Amino acid sequence: MRLRTPLRRHQSRRYSGLVVGAVAVLTLAACTGSAEDAANDDKGSSDAAPVAAAGSNDEEGDQVTIGFSAPAADHGWMAAITNNVRDLADQYPDIDLQIAEGTNDVNLQISQVETFINDKVDAIVLLPFDGAAMTPIALKAMEAGIPVINVDREFDDANAARVTVLGDNYGMGVSAGQYVCEQADGNKDAVVAEIAGIDSLPLTQDRSQGFEDALSDCGLDVDARQAADFTVESGERVAANLLQAEPKIDFLWNHDDDQGIGVLAAIENAGRDEFTMIGGAGSANAMRDIQDGNKVLKATVIYPSTQGADGVKLARLLLQQKAMGDLVEVEVPRTVQLFAPVVTSDNVDQYLDTAFES
Amino acid sequence: MSDQTSGTGKGPDVAAVENPLAPSQDSISVERAASGSEPTAGGGLMSGPFGRNLGLVLALLLICAAGVITAGDRFASIDNTLTILRFASTIGVVSIGMTFVITGGGIDLSVGAILALSSVWATTFATQAMAQDTHWLVMVFAALAVGAGCGLVNGLVIAYGKVVPFITTLAMLAAARGLAEIISERRTQIVTVDGFKDFFSTDVLGVPLLVVIFAVVSVAGWVLFNRTTFGRRTLAVGGNPEAARLAGINVNLHTVLLYVLVGFCCGLAALMLVSRTTTGTSTHGFMMELDVIAAVVIGGTLLTGGRGTIVGTVLGVLIFATLGNVFTLNNQDTSTQAVAKGLIIVVAVLLQQRLARRASST
Repeated sequence: MRLRTPLRRHQSRRYSGLVVGAVAVLTLAACTGSAEDAANDDKGSSDAAPVAAAGSNDEEGDQVTIGFSAPAADHGWMAAITNNVRDLADQYPDIDLQIAEGTNDVNLQISQVETFINDKVDAIVLLPFDGAAMTPIALKAMEAGIPVINVDREFDDANAARVTVLGDNYGMGVSAGQYVCEQADGNKDAVVAEIAGIDSLPLTQDRSQGFEDALSDCGLDVDARQAADFTVESGERVAANLLQAEPKIDFLWNHDDDQGIGVLAAIENAGRDEFTMIGGAGSANAMRDIQDGNKVLKATVIYPSTQGADGVKLARLLLQQKAMGDLVEVEVPRTVQLFAPVVTSDNVDQYLDTAFES
Repeated sequence: MSDQTSGTGKGPDVAAVENPLAPSQDSISVERAASGSEPTAGGGLMSGPFGRNLGLVLALLLICAAGVITAGDRFASIDNTLTILRFASTIGVVSIGMTFVITGGGIDLSVGAILALSSVWATTFATQAMAQDTHWLVMVFAALAVGAGCGLVNGLVIAYGKVVPFITTLAMLAAARGLAEIISERRTQIVTVDGFKDFFSTDVLGVPLLVVIFAVVSVAGWVLFNRTTFGRRTLAVGGNPEAARLAGINVNLHTVLLYVLVGFCCGLAALMLVSRTTTGTSTHGFMMELDVIAAVVIGGTLLTGGRGTIVGTVLGVLIFATLGNVFTLNNQDTSTQAVAKGLIIVVAVLLQQRLARRASST
């Protein structure tokens, strides 16, 4: 590894294209068994050989420049995505992270990715504001030889990303529904209410579908459903109306812990405590409430805010020709879908550390 | 101070516009103001339209210099320039239309929403199916017609319903985006018509078509603004509608035309954004009105109407686009950029006011 010192002098972006090129050459060369020759041919990044043994993935490797772009951090979860990415990059001296301004304007996000392509970064980790709208530019990046790691909101073309990191929205609904079924314990008359997030988003539709499917397995259904828009203010407003409309509730699933702050405020204002509330996303606030056990909130379903950081970590592995340590497979997988576990007072300690502050 | 006269002392100018047989000093001043060039005697270099644009050019050069210093070749490259221009194109086209409306004494807050509705309408399943069967121009026609149609509604309500533009277009902002959501069922519609995608992704001599469209619209806007009766009437209507009416201008009709024009520009910009993203959705152009108005205002167009400049607007658009690019290249976050944007707007307007005051006192 000490041999790399001269290489580091060439860490300027001009050479990153060479690194990608060399990686491609090496991949080809590896097939023909002449990796060393190929590496010697290309002095700019001669030692990019995939030498890291299993378990040494964290060891410092070749310098990699990774561009990251995400929507505006107008929401606790989204802010946590970018913060987690920054923290992760700080841990790895071999990651040179380029963060583009968070934006909800696809026109601007496209030009950010264009800037990454112009800069010839080694990889782009992209959480699109709108997956479909960012597909053409992601394809362009891939065509330019820059691997794209798609996070959370999927492109509509599988060729637009090398790796896709997804949460499990349908699974969130299923987890919440199964928890309700467990707690209802055969009571077929339980009144179930749901406060969803922004209804137009496919992720909200998936969550609600999963919830409905899981409930129907134990003979329950959603008796009242309202959609908020992920903000505290909307959570308070929608919950106040819902509580007014439903004099007695047994279970309430709220899709998002940020809007959940408002939902809990409305519940307190209405003086209601006859039901069990389940949260979503998994904010630190919600988990502390679960830990204390003083509120109606008894559980929350996690939607990991670490997916952006996972995307960057996978980009690093990919560029440094490393595999995911615990898999036998020697390449980084195409799709990684994260699990949506239920957090209760029993296991909250395990999850509190990675929860996001809203 | 020719350009100031046209903004403040309206009556005689207007008469002159409509009566070319009476070439008073004021008629010349309107023409000068309209032509957007040439500083006049006694106003100092910076107070004429040329001087104002010079200030903007200096600001742009300053930002470019900052870009070169902080990012070097990464900033000063053809690829990066095209990135800035492609980004600026959609906002730019709408800004040209907005310059007319604001100069004409109005405001249009609904541009982003009209853009969204046009993009959705042009990409619905039905429109795309028809485009597959006939020609992709169907999509172009749909977007432009929807844009101009929304503008027509705005214009009619403002001119004949006598509702203030702020309220009318605020209502359109809500309604157009709502309608876009209803039509698209709040989903992102993907363009499958290859002819459309291929056409809009072509390059003309190495310049992306989007940038070419922006250039053509700018030149056409400049000619319309500075070299036609339509442009002069716009100044007259914005400066003093009552005087314009007395001078024989059909102020109501002209107002309607101004909003149709900006609506048409929104339709065109929608097509550009649809081709850039290959999608139409109800979220396109969200909050775009603020970027557009900011670009027009720092360009030197008076929010109170009666004075406007196309060149200034183009420079204003480029200033914001370049600024954003320099920030991105330097890894700066949203918040810093927002503060910088705010500062630039305030400084630009303060400067404008000072210049205007100095000019009117000379």
